[in-house]
Amino acid sequence: MSLLSIKGLVKRYPSDSGAQIDVVRIPSLLVEPGEQILLKGESGSGKSTLLNLIAGIVVADEGEIVLSGENICALSESARDAHRARSLGYVFQNFNLLNGYTSLENVELGMSFGSGVDRSYAKNLLDRVGLGNRQDYRPERLSQGQKQRVAVARALANRPKLVLADEPTGNLDPKNANLSLELIQSLCSENGAALVLVSHDSDLDERFERTVELAEFNQARMARVEGGSS
Amino acid sequence: MRAYEIAFRGIHQHRVSSLITIGAVALACSMLMLVWAFKKEAESSFVGANGGFDAVLGPRGSKLQIVLNGLYHLDESPGLMKWEDYEQIAKFPAIEAAYPIAVGDNYRGYRLVGTVPEYLQNHYYTEGKPFELGRGGTLFSDESMLAVAGSLAARRLGVGVGDTFQPYHGLIFNEDAIHEEVYTVSGVLEPTGTPADRVIWIPLKGIQTMSGHNPAAATDISAVLLKFKQGANMAGFQLDMLYNKQGNRLTLAWPANRTIIQFFDKISWIDKALQAMAALVAIIAGGSILAILYNAMNERSRDIAVLRALGAKKMTVFSISLLEALGMTFAGVVAGFAVYALFGFAIGEVVQRETGVALDPFSGNASMIWAPVGMLGIGFLSGLVPSVKAYRTEVARNL
Repeated sequence: MSLLSIKGLVKRYPSDSGAQIDVVRIPSLLVEPGEQILLKGESGSGKSTLLNLIAGIVVADEGEIVLSGENICALSESARDAHRARSLGYVFQNFNLLNGYTSLENVELGMSFGSGVDRSYAKNLLDRVGLGNRQDYRPERLSQGQKQRVAVARALANRPKLVLADEPTGNLDPKNANLSLELIQSLCSENGAALVLVSHDSDLDERFERTVELAEFNQARMARVEGGSS
Repeated sequence: MRAYEIAFRGIHQHRVSSLITIGAVALACSMLMLVWAFKKEAESSFVGANGGFDAVLGPRGSKLQIVLNGLYHLDESPGLMKWEDYEQIAKFPAIEAAYPIAVGDNYRGYRLVGTVPEYLQNHYYTEGKPFELGRGGTLFSDESMLAVAGSLAARRLGVGVGDTFQPYHGLIFNEDAIHEEVYTVSGVLEPTGTPADRVIWIPLKGIQTMSGHNPAAATDISAVLLKFKQGANMAGFQLDMLYNKQGNRLTLAWPANRTIIQFFDKISWIDKALQAMAALVAIIAGGSILAILYNAMNERSRDIAVLRALGAKKMTVFSISLLEALGMTFAGVVAGFAVYALFGFAIGEVVQRETGVALDPFSGNASMIWAPVGMLGIGFLSGLVPSVKAYRTEVARNL
C-alpha cells in the first residue's frame, strides 16, 4: 500500500481577471514508504501549493490525498493540523526558524504539537546534522547552511512518515546546497521517512529514485484552460 | 514546548514593550487599590481615632474646626471660651467626663496641648485602652513644669524622660518666638495610633499662664472634650439645642464622628477624581496590551504560520496570544501589589507623621480582589482582538 496517494487533485485560485484558474491539477501520484521523489517545475507551476495541499495547509477543490490510509481532504481543519503534527515534516526554502528560540528549542517546536517534546532526541538530531555544539545558538548567530540544517532536524523531530521539502537548497550556495541535500536524503533514509522534494533545479534528477515533472500535469492543465474549462 | 512556554517566550522576546505594558498595568492596579483602600482606611481610622469622645464644645465657629482642633490637634481653635463654660457643661448630668484643653504653643512644630492630668490618667482613648506611660515615666500635676510627650512627637524630636525644652509661641514653629519657661519631660506615652501621639501634653495652667500670653485670658480654654454617659443619647439633642440653637457664644460639635464623616463626604470629589484617573490608567494599560500584541501579531504572522505548519491548531495560537496578554497582566498585577505595598507604607508613614492617625493599608479590603480581577478582565478583553488575528492568520500566505 502506498504511503501517499493523490487522485484527481485540483486546486484553483482566482486570477486577476476574476476567473478561476487551476493552479494544481494532478491526475494521479503515488509515493511509496521510504521513497524519495523529486517534483520538478518552473516558478508558478504550483509546486509549493501542492506541498501545502499534501500538508493539509490548504484545501483541495477536487480529488483526494490519502496519507497513511487517511484522506486528508475529508478531514476537518483541526484534524488536518493534528495529522500534520503527527505524520509530516516540512523543510522550507527560507528555513522559517523562529528567531527568539535556540537551535534546540526550534527542533523541540517540531515535536511540541505532536507526540511531545523529547529533549534527548532533539539533541541527538542536532548532533546528527553537525550542530551539537550550536544547540544554544539563536538563528541570528547561525550561517545560512546551519539554519537549513536546524530546519532539517526540526522536520524530522516528530519522526514523520513523510518529509516535504520546498526548494530547500534555493537560498544556499552550491556547496551548502549539496551538503544540505545529502543530509536531508540520508536522514530521511535513516529514519525510514519518504521524501517529496520540490525544486526547479534540473541537476538534482540523478540524486533521486524518481523524478516527476509538474510540467506534464501542466500541459493537461493548460490544455483545459485553452479549451475554456476552469 | 507548551503553549504557556511559547507565550512566555513571546513576552520575553518583546521585553521592552512588554515591560511598559506590565508597568502600566501595575500602575493602574496599584492606583485603584491605593485610592480605594486609603479612602476606606482613612475614614475608619480617622473616625476610630476620635480619642473616645462623643462631642467637643468650643467657641462659636465651625464644628469641623472645633473637632479638628480638639480631637485631631489640627487646625487652629476658632477662639477662646470661659472656664465657667467648662464648669457648667461638666455638671450636666449626662456627661460622664469633660476635659478642658488649651492650645497655642508648640515645640519645634509639635503642638503643646494643655489639659488636666485626669485626662491622661483616667480616660480611655478607645474601648478598654487607657493611656500608658513608657518605662520610668510619670504624669504631670496641675502646677508642675512637667510635660508628657506623645510617642511620635518624642521619637521625632528625640526627647525622652528628663530632657528639658522651652516652648515656642503659636502653632507654627518660629525660632524667634521662644517662651521663657523651661519644661522637663516626665514621661513618654506608649503609641496609641491616635493624634495624641504627635503632641506634647503639659498642664492646662502652663498654656494659660505662659509668658507673653494675655493675662486677661489666663483662665480661658480652647475647647472641652466630652464623653457622654452610656445610653445618654438624648443629652446630645438637649445640648445641641442649648448651645447651637438657643445660644450664640459656643458651638457643640456632636456627634464628633459625624463631623468627620461629613468632612470625608465633602472631600469625596478628590476620591472620585483619583478613581477616574486610576480608571483612565487602567484603560490605557488595556489599550497598551491590545496595541502591543496587535502590532506583535503583524510582526509575527510568519512565526504563527510556522507554528501552524508544525501542527499547531488555530485554538493553540489563539491561546498562546491570549496567554501572553494574561501573562503580562498577571505580571502587572503582581508588580501592582509591590507598588501598593511601597506606596501604602510611605503614605501611611506620612499620614501618621502629619496627623498621628495610624493607617493600616495592609489590612485586607475588597479592592485587593476587584482591582486585580478587573485588570485581568481588561487584559483578557484586550488580548482577544490580537488573539482572533492570530487565529485567522493564513498559513500558506505567511510562510
